[in-house]
Amino acid sequence: MRNVVRSILIGLALAVTSFVLHDAHASSGGGSSSLQVFAAASLSEAFTELGHRLEAQRHGLTVRMNFAGSQQLAAQIEQGGAADVFASADERWMGYLKDHGLLASDPALFARNRLVLIVPKSNPARIKRLQDLSRSGVKLVLAADAVPVGRYSRVAIRNLSHTDGFPVDYGPRVLQNLVSEEDNVRSVVSKVQLGEADAGFVYFSDVTPSTARYVNVFELPESANVIAEYPIALVKDGRQPEAAKAFVDLLLSPEGQKILARYGLMPVAAAQP
Amino acid sequence: MSGDGVAAPAPRTGAPPPPAPDPWLRAAAIVASTLLLAFLALPFVALLLRVSPVQLVAALRGPVVLDALRLSLVTSLASTAIVVTLGLPLAYLLATREFRGKRVVEVLVDLPMVLPPTVAGFALLMAFGRAGLAGRTLAAFGWELPFTTAGVVVAQVFMSAPFLVGPARAGFAGVEPRLLDAAATLRAREAFTFFHVALPLAMPSIVTGAAMCCARALGEFGATITFAGNLEGSTQTMPLAVYVALQSDLDAAVALSVLLLLMAFGLLVGLRLAPAGSFWSSSRARAARR
Repeated sequence: MRNVVRSILIGLALAVTSFVLHDAHASSGGGSSSLQVFAAASLSEAFTELGHRLEAQRHGLTVRMNFAGSQQLAAQIEQGGAADVFASADERWMGYLKDHGLLASDPALFARNRLVLIVPKSNPARIKRLQDLSRSGVKLVLAADAVPVGRYSRVAIRNLSHTDGFPVDYGPRVLQNLVSEEDNVRSVVSKVQLGEADAGFVYFSDVTPSTARYVNVFELPESANVIAEYPIALVKDGRQPEAAKAFVDLLLSPEGQKILARYGLMPVAAAQP
Repeated sequence: MSGDGVAAPAPRTGAPPPPAPDPWLRAAAIVASTLLLAFLALPFVALLLRVSPVQLVAALRGPVVLDALRLSLVTSLASTAIVVTLGLPLAYLLATREFRGKRVVEVLVDLPMVLPPTVAGFALLMAFGRAGLAGRTLAAFGWELPFTTAGVVVAQVFMSAPFLVGPARAGFAGVEPRLLDAAATLRAREAFTFFHVALPLAMPSIVTGAAMCCARALGEFGATITFAGNLEGSTQTMPLAVYVALQSDLDAAVALSVLLLLMAFGLLVGLRLAPAGSFWSSSRARAARR
């Protein structure tokens, strides 16, 4: 019996050691070639397709995506997260990494996005227009202020207060209806989609076909809307600078811009040759 | 939990031969234990090294921290009270009765312990959300749980209940049947036996379970943020505040984490220090044991 235990223990120790060594070897750059893309949650579908496109073009390359709120990705990169490319949903978090000397290239603007209000199809708060959002008892969900879309939403709400047809105290009254601050835009989408929240501000591109079945979309007046700007940059000490550059080039190419447009993002005119 | 499927070792007859020392096995055990202990201790050390007491006090003054701390204390105490009230009868039943479907009940009780909390939160939404199975009825009466402090308690109760029921059940199971029989012979009603014999004797296990349950509720994150949302003052408990701070204010995140660590540590140390047997069981129970 004791011999059995001993051999199991030794076997286990060997297995663990070899595993750790193998993994350390693989991630130290050896032969593996995987590109780590850290991208804002709102880019999920478009970037997943772009990643597949790049994989098809470059044999043996694996593209790994990490989608989350831009603020979370910036924090991860600051703490040493192994990113090659960072695509943020606003200037703020890209600038934050730049100020900390964590970028290996100048940020390039690659897309824009606009805000919309979404409401569950069941519409429990009976919201018929944007003005109804200030009615007391409406359950509004926003992303937290640190999240790009959270900051944009608050600016848009403030802009609406100064818009014809909206009461002056619209902004404060709407914010009083806030019931939860989510950590990325997709969490806002899911709270509304599930019918738990009465309304939420998200990007136009977040209303994907699978989401559109569950929500109604309200457009904001153009004068009050906020246009999100997405910059991308190479991250310092990335292990795949060459593949990272190829990803950015693909993104900025007419082909990449067409993919973005197909997922509801606004292509950047300057990138079009 | 309380491994009643495991057969007790057969009573030995005669003295067993002294086991031969095995240096290999001992060395392997020591190396493995040292590795694991170092692995467990290092993150705590790293966290403590990251913050100075001055920083800690400064961070604790922030309104976000105080709100989160207050909310965490209120909700975890409330959920522990609910779990104790509803969980003790169940633990007693599981310990003293055989019934059909008992295995199913056991699995159900343990399930939240092994379930990813996010899944639990999502399942809670499906059940108690506004459009949920039971939530629809609740909403008709004007009770809506998501995005409320009550929702936080619901998530905590769901996730922490197994941590009380398990130990409490083991405690009740450890009460000698002949004591309960003796009470029955003296024509004590079952309720009397429960409150005056079983409960005091099982008290050390129940207190341990309640403390573990409270600690689990204090640390609850995934189910809370999924089911109850995240808003300062109403649903943002300490773990949620740590998570949010991690993304914007690292120093505050460290301070909050250290505070949570100290609270959990205090809870566990307090449990170890309390002389369980003598302190918690009443003198009557000790008399009964004699």
